[in-house]
Amino acid sequence: MIVGASLAGLRAAEALRDEGFRGPLTIIGDEPHEPYDRPPLSKQVLTGWVPADHTKLPRTRAVDADWRLGVAATGLDRANKQVLLANGDTVPYDRLLIATGTRARPWFNAAEGALDGVFTLRTCDDAALLQAALKARPGRVLIVGSGFIGSEMASVCCELGLPVTVAERAEAPLVGPLGGVIGEIAAKMQHDAGVDLRTGVSVEALEGDADGHVQRARLSDGTTLDVDVVVASLGSIRNVEWLDSAGLATGFWGVGCDAGCRAFDINGVVTDTIFVAGDIARAPHVLYEYEFLSLEHWDNAVSGAEVAAHNMVSLETTRRPHLPLPSFWSGQFGVNIKGVGVCSFGDEIVFTQGSIEDRRFAAAYGRRGRIVGAVTLDHGKWLPYYAAVIERSAPCPPPPPGYDQPKDMQPLPARFPDPRVPTEIPDVVLTGHDPTSRGAEFISKRR
Amino acid sequence: MTTAETAWAEAMKFDNRADPYPFFDELRKTPVARVAHDTYVVTGYRELMALAHDPRISSDISRSPLRAQPAAAPEPAAGADHLRAYGRVQSIIMSDPPDHDRARRQVMRHFGPPHSPDVIPKMEPDIQRLCNELLDNAKANGETRLDVVNDYAYPVPVAVICKILGVPLKDEPTFHGWIFDFMAGLDLGPEAATEEGQARAQKGRESTAALNRYMAELIEGYLREPGEGLLSKLVNDDGPDGPMSPKEATANAMLLLVAGHDSTVNTISHCVLMLLRNPESFDLVRRRPELIPRAIEEVQRLQSAVQFFPSRSATADIEIGGTIIPKGAAVHLMYGAANRDPARFPDPNHFEPERRDNEHFGWGSGIHTCMGGPLARLEVNLALETFLRRVENPRLVVDPPPYRQSQVFRGPRHLLVDFDLISD
Repeated sequence: MIVGASLAGLRAAEALRDEGFRGPLTIIGDEPHEPYDRPPLSKQVLTGWVPADHTKLPRTRAVDADWRLGVAATGLDRANKQVLLANGDTVPYDRLLIATGTRARPWFNAAEGALDGVFTLRTCDDAALLQAALKARPGRVLIVGSGFIGSEMASVCCELGLPVTVAERAEAPLVGPLGGVIGEIAAKMQHDAGVDLRTGVSVEALEGDADGHVQRARLSDGTTLDVDVVVASLGSIRNVEWLDSAGLATGFWGVGCDAGCRAFDINGVVTDTIFVAGDIARAPHVLYEYEFLSLEHWDNAVSGAEVAAHNMVSLETTRRPHLPLPSFWSGQFGVNIKGVGVCSFGDEIVFTQGSIEDRRFAAAYGRRGRIVGAVTLDHGKWLPYYAAVIERSAPCPPPPPGYDQPKDMQPLPARFPDPRVPTEIPDVVLTGHDPTSRGAEFISKRR
Repeated sequence: MTTAETAWAEAMKFDNRADPYPFFDELRKTPVARVAHDTYVVTGYRELMALAHDPRISSDISRSPLRAQPAAAPEPAAGADHLRAYGRVQSIIMSDPPDHDRARRQVMRHFGPPHSPDVIPKMEPDIQRLCNELLDNAKANGETRLDVVNDYAYPVPVAVICKILGVPLKDEPTFHGWIFDFMAGLDLGPEAATEEGQARAQKGRESTAALNRYMAELIEGYLREPGEGLLSKLVNDDGPDGPMSPKEATANAMLLLVAGHDSTVNTISHCVLMLLRNPESFDLVRRRPELIPRAIEEVQRLQSAVQFFPSRSATADIEIGGTIIPKGAAVHLMYGAANRDPARFPDPNHFEPERRDNEHFGWGSGIHTCMGGPLARLEVNLALETFLRRVENPRLVVDPPPYRQSQVFRGPRHLLVDFDLISD
């Protein structure tokens, strides 16, 4: 059984059939739609070029599955090996793949978030609503948050000729994934495109008019802004709640699993029948000091699904590890941004090829003298080189290129925010004394 | 001679043109091998992939030891003179960033998305009509034998590239000979040193000069009076990178004209050859035309139309595959050899039209990846589909067919095929 009917779920289903699995296959998805592709939603769909319901994922083969779409999984009963559904059904499994992904982090104030004109973007339904709102040519769009998705949406607004303000808590856009040095360049891109970029500020409140439509935003610097559309682009929340009583290693960062995609239980012991793939998976990575990484990248969903599917139907001796070299891309303000590795694992950055002024360059990220990531702006064809040196943990900076050298090739501090990620209070404690009762327990369950 | 040197000499020898692959297999025992003073050849897949993306590898011919040697030099490296003539002013394929990137942008503005998304798709009706006309003619003449190279594979792409570039098709008989001589003169094998080889090289140089003059005049004409086609747009552009200089446009016009059809001819011919050599695959692809795109990729893997492009060199000492390529050495990325690396492709010599994992180097890799690939794929698809559909019971007359001289632009000179009839 596969819970989650997006990219990872679909590719896992196809891989299971490719592997020769002929048994019954159930796929559960909370959205009513067939699996669709999300990257276009913040780009081609928002511009109006591609309708929101036209991004269905291509199928690589028939999967002959029992699709249960539009009904969410609400619980996992490991003792009886069954999944509980929102409509009251229970569905048994022999092998389970958890691929429930993430959802958009909602506006922190529910009443404000419910105002007309306030949006988030994660699903194709979200995209359809937001696209319609942009098409109505609002007087001003406010985008709160400027990670990749927020920046892409700002870019679309510029393309559509809509006045747009971006409010970012950090010093610049893209600082989370790419650090302050690249952030500065991203900020220039936004300024040049005509974005009203406000950095170092947060949006403290949204105010609506008498009809319940958003009309004003209050910023932490004391200013107010008249707006017609607000998009909260605040990152994502992992869909782990349905696993609350399952006794798995779930939390803020997703479901912990080993490099073979097998889920850990709450004690950190690996399970035999439950696998994890996609945005929700969190696994140790050999290249990154065996830290547990959650990779919300498109290709990670595909490769993780394939490995998970293989391991679901393979004997122990033929299991495969999932050791992806992360890669990601974005398109914004006419620039193609592509990267490999985990840039935010680095502490310094060095420009290695091209021209910063022309916004065509490659840069490498180093940590303690070895290369851990690379990013390119309109220079993506060089990435396999960087991928190869990252895989070898080669020294950083890498040797200089034979041509097209940047003016300054001195390593700089990469300027990632510190702490790099919002952290939560630990929600798990150890209990029991004798070896048979010793175990972990979620705090939230006790309170 | 070392084993690698011997294998390289054999692989480059004209006698082995139809099947240089056993020698590439021998070479691959050292995936990056020194085959001559200052010349290294790369036959391993992993190693080629790494070097094709390594910014310490230059494509700028003026940095290569294969560049023209000083007159005093005792023996110019094989092919050197000739390449220099080809690249008198450097074309895109022989230049490095940032010039390369700028020139490629300038050309692509008028050839593909996002600025010109329709140029290639708009050619489809022309290509289809040409393919059909050629077979109609053969049918009308009551023929039962076809030279697939001259009678089918060549006329289609040459007409298409002329139309796209704005080169008058009526001049084809003139430049056809020049291009043939140019190709024949580009010889990196042992025959280059023979009297015959020297004569071919001389003829190649003259023909290249003539083609260069022809292109320069055409471009001068478009500067005086803008017309249809990519070349005119290139030199009259008001885009962000401005117009391309006439000299540079001339060099690139030669590149686009030659590369814009010659490799396509070889690919169409090789597609027919490979399918006729493998009757089961022929039947399969004929029955299931949706497999044609994959079959073409498989042919391109096995018979890469450009086997390598000999302008690359190392700008630093590069350690790879157990070898150190010294700074300044010529580096030949042998696409056709790496495409048969058993470490990458299971059963690599087997023609498998349904091969799934087929990320081959038949179109190159990295920033110099074939810019005409989308056009070539469209042409080869339509040509092959039409051939399979209309030519009944085709049989190879001579196998292996005679090959052309060049190791770089490798393909059959003729490909005779007998058939029962041509259907409508």
